[in-house]
Amino acid sequence: MLGYIIRRILAIIPVMLIVAIFVFLLLRLTPGDPAAIIAGDMATPEQLNRIREAMGLNDPLLVQFFTWMGRLLQGDLGVSLISGTDVTTMIGQRIFPTLNMALLTIVIAVMIAVPMGVVAAWRHRSWVDYAVMSFSVLGFSVPVFVIGYLFILVFAISLDWFPVQGYASPTDKGVLAFLDRAILPALTLATIYVALIARMTRASMLEVLGEDYIRTARAKGVRESKVLFRHALRNAAVPILTVIGTGFALLISGVVVTESVFNIPGIGRLTVDAILARDYPVIQAMILLTSGTYVVVNLIIDISYTIFDPRIRY
Amino acid sequence: MAMNSVPPASAMQSVLRLLSIPGLKKLGVGPLLAALVLLAIVIITLLSPWLAPHDPLEMQPLLRLKGPMPDYPLGTDPYGRDLYSRVLIGGRVSLLIGIGAAVVSVLIGLLIGLVAGFFRMLDTIIMRIMDSLMAIPSILLAIALVALNGPSITSVIMAITIPEIPRVVRLVRSVVLTAREEPYVEAAQALGSSMPKILFQHLMPNTMAPLIVQGTYILASAILTEAILSFLGAGVSTEIPTWGNIMAEGRQYFRIKPELILWPGLMLSLCILSINLLGDTARDMLDPRLKKRGE
Repeated sequence: MLGYIIRRILAIIPVMLIVAIFVFLLLRLTPGDPAAIIAGDMATPEQLNRIREAMGLNDPLLVQFFTWMGRLLQGDLGVSLISGTDVTTMIGQRIFPTLNMALLTIVIAVMIAVPMGVVAAWRHRSWVDYAVMSFSVLGFSVPVFVIGYLFILVFAISLDWFPVQGYASPTDKGVLAFLDRAILPALTLATIYVALIARMTRASMLEVLGEDYIRTARAKGVRESKVLFRHALRNAAVPILTVIGTGFALLISGVVVTESVFNIPGIGRLTVDAILARDYPVIQAMILLTSGTYVVVNLIIDISYTIFDPRIRY
Repeated sequence: MAMNSVPPASAMQSVLRLLSIPGLKKLGVGPLLAALVLLAIVIITLLSPWLAPHDPLEMQPLLRLKGPMPDYPLGTDPYGRDLYSRVLIGGRVSLLIGIGAAVVSVLIGLLIGLVAGFFRMLDTIIMRIMDSLMAIPSILLAIALVALNGPSITSVIMAITIPEIPRVVRLVRSVVLTAREEPYVEAAQALGSSMPKILFQHLMPNTMAPLIVQGTYILASAILTEAILSFLGAGVSTEIPTWGNIMAEGRQYFRIKPELILWPGLMLSLCILSINLLGDTARDMLDPRLKKRGE
């Protein structure tokens, strides 16, 4: 087990190294002068020089790469070209709204999606099943910002249940104030995730519910809810966990959009602003950070399989 | 005349012709409806220059943000342009980019996947690179690419294509890995068939069915990504009306006139929904095993 975990952690290194090389080359291999791309059409020669100097663009490519990697390994993500602030500091200031929102979203999504999928599989080919499947196709097809604006229109403007936009930190303003502002964006973000998890839960449950031990459990008179959630769901858990992990990429993309719609000062907004301002050090850092998170989340999920399915041994 | 959004006679005929194909009848209402909706959207989009009652770029400063009027069925946008005409025309670039990205990513992915599946030496390296590419969130990668390469249609297609390629490569590779062990491939090798011939004539046909399904899903996700890119301000230039651009411009005025987001959003959702439904149908037809699993 420990050997497996160590091997899995070591396997992250080549993946992240390739991501880093890719991110590094992205700017350098773009046709044209990287400094000019960053500075825009109206740049003066002094501005171009300042950018070249700041990013070390005057050095040979390999020197640039190793200097950049060396700093990266020390946790130095560079300095923003726009504000001059340390990128690590910028991310530190903006990461908590995003983390809180993402956590709330995952909790909401799992709480809604897993029962949905279980019931759909339990009542296979009934109206509940068709309703869940239709919702799941819809969730994949309606763009996340359209869902966001629909929620604002219905729940914030027409019904006036929630504020339209904004964010309140749970530690400064209290959990209630946080939830009041965070419920709508979290529900928006959760929609596509719910669609994905419900679909996989249903598929996985359908397979398990056909097994002999389910029939045995029912035959010996185990309560149906216990059959579903104790006997079946536990055995159906591995594919569901996997999809929660791969769906994490959707969550990251969703964060970028949702934070713009709901005006949340998180790292999604930071990224969009950085990209529109061509603040390349921030873009680089964000791609590395999100890819790293994705890889680590999937590592944790891989390892957690053993908890849900003791048959899996590494 | 402008309200005449019923598909013209030729479209209905082709639907009727489709219906007479044996086996298609038992498909059910859903896929048929999806096909009809998609067909209607494609026809409306193709005919939009003639269907649109106004020039979608013509600004009328006196008619800013008006509600529906006889001349302007959906009212006007913040610059006094006709929303109805813009929504009709907006689909053209969205569909063009979607189809372009789907075709290019399938072609490139097919080529890389065939090579990865066939040559063991290259397999590990290619798959490592693909795994790493998949770890980068596609939206971030796409916006970064557009920001670097400029807001042209080709650059947006490229930005959507690159994150999709690894998924195609994985699919093609897995198909090739199993097909490679078949006796007919061994026979072709024994007969001295050239390597390209084995790749393209013997192995490639195996990938077609799953690629059609995957291509449909990529089409849906490409249209979605294009809209998200435009919405975030990293899509094609704002002078070109696309569904995403219309919504992006409507953001500020959402409280005053939510239709600016709702109408293009509805068209976009209908379009993606019908493509996804058709993809599910194609998958059920081409790969009955998946249907049994109820996915």
